[in-house]
Amino acid sequence: MTMTAPAKKIGDVMLRAENISLSFGAVKAIIDVSFEIREREILAIIGPNGAGKSSMLNCINGFYHPQQGAITFKGVRRAQMEPHEAAEQGIARTFQNIALFKGMSTLDNIMTGRNLKMKRNLFWQALRVGPALAEEIAHRDFVEHIIDFLEIQAIRKVPVGRLPYGLQKRVELGRALAAEPTLLLLDEPMAGMNIEEKQDMCRFVLDVNDQFGTTICLIEHDMGVVMDISDRVVVLDYGRKIAEGPPDVVRKDQAVIDAYLGVQH
Amino acid sequence: MDLGFFLEVVFAGLLSGVLYSLVALGFVLIFKASGVFNFAQGAMVLLAALALVRLIEWLPQWLPALADQRVVTIALAFILSGGLMIGLAYAVERAVLRPLVNQEGIILFMATLGVTYFIDGAGQTVFGSNIYNLDVGFPKDSLFLFEGVFEGGVLVNEIDLWAAVVAGMLVLFLALFFQYTATGRALRAVADDHQAAQSVGIPLNRIWVIVWAVSGLVALAAGMVWGSKLGVQFSISLLALKALPVLILGGFTSVPGAIIGGLIIGAGEKMAEVYIGSHIGGGIENWFAFMLALVFLLFRPQGLFGEKIIERV
Repeated sequence: MTMTAPAKKIGDVMLRAENISLSFGAVKAIIDVSFEIREREILAIIGPNGAGKSSMLNCINGFYHPQQGAITFKGVRRAQMEPHEAAEQGIARTFQNIALFKGMSTLDNIMTGRNLKMKRNLFWQALRVGPALAEEIAHRDFVEHIIDFLEIQAIRKVPVGRLPYGLQKRVELGRALAAEPTLLLLDEPMAGMNIEEKQDMCRFVLDVNDQFGTTICLIEHDMGVVMDISDRVVVLDYGRKIAEGPPDVVRKDQAVIDAYLGVQH
Repeated sequence: MDLGFFLEVVFAGLLSGVLYSLVALGFVLIFKASGVFNFAQGAMVLLAALALVRLIEWLPQWLPALADQRVVTIALAFILSGGLMIGLAYAVERAVLRPLVNQEGIILFMATLGVTYFIDGAGQTVFGSNIYNLDVGFPKDSLFLFEGVFEGGVLVNEIDLWAAVVAGMLVLFLALFFQYTATGRALRAVADDHQAAQSVGIPLNRIWVIVWAVSGLVALAAGMVWGSKLGVQFSISLLALKALPVLILGGFTSVPGAIIGGLIIGAGEKMAEVYIGSHIGGGIENWFAFMLALVFLLFRPQGLFGEKIIERV
């Protein structure tokens, strides 16, 4: 498997997290973590279980509100933000435990990702005429492109609750892509997959980054995958950032090796 | 057995079942979208009916120009009552749901109990607590159907037929709305998974307002029909209790289930009253529905159309 991405332009800083601290009661999930995400890069956040990786993603898309620190996205330093506001600004995500709308078809699930792009009001939608209908058709067209891209044509009408795990993960990626995000957050996109499914998912992640120029921040446990596809890696351990840099450098970092092999703290 | 009489009983039952369905529909909508069992649905029906009947009475007094315009008055009162129900949806979202977001279902249920008593009390304070006669122009004559087939025909009330038409149109509209519009899709998405819905940019608060408003409008339709039939009075709010067995039968999450559950309960209790009640002294109609619901709970707890409850271990 060759995973060498073509040379690409990594741009300016898109998102800057400064001194983020988050705690739940007495439990400190994240302690004074700062890092940056640059345009068009694939950034991996890695670390042992309970290191605060998912909490970090939840801070970025507004599910959690850190007690300290600030997040600057596209040059705007934001105060507390709700998840739907993050979505409006172009942040889409997938979840560690798949969070699809299980009773709805693949197509409908991905269509919900277009929700924000739909401008016609309830009244026109209800009548289903003129502009609202044209709009629905245009969005449907876009969603069909995503379905082609992810190679899930065969399951477009199947309720996603019935799909195998690997395909559900793919549908979830499709729903995130439907929002045409500028920043895509993937929480363990390959967890629980077999080797072929992982290879497929790696290919999709790289293609999304390459073809659409989407910036990606992902959490992953499989070190092989992380080293192959990411441009930079941030390592968290017990809520603190212990290393940051290109995969080759991070791999040789003593603190990272200690964290993964379990040295006494 | 007299077939004509049998059909008459079944029709009467089905048509009163339509009214149960209308109330149950309001429950289902809110339960689907927010997982909240809204005990206040019956109170909302009462409030809507009270507002409608009193506005029809008051509007010509406030605006003398409306004195002879019966149809315009009714239409205006209907629109204003609808506006009141939408306003109520906003108020409930602001004052009750938003502060209690992410709480347990039982806490939200208790909150809706509080809302019930508030609406009951406030509604009667503003609109009065007598029994009011609501006339929105539904014909109240009796009709004889199939006169050529049976001797004497089958007796039905015209108003019941109109109720069925109203319910049918409402259900058709809701089904299309849920299935084929972007907002309907957003509503279904919220019903399925709150977090995922938020992450694709669906604002929960606005969805809750929409679904409570739609339930409020369904309550208005139910209140209009019930009020026309029985008069607008406090006992309407107790209808909520009759909708419970309907929900258990039809499933808490199914719109068609609410309709068919209502029809079964309506027809079932009328037939039980007439054919079994006469042997044991009557009075079955009041508890038959609940017993039927109990039987369902034993053998098919998810109802006829509800989503099957599977617990993964």
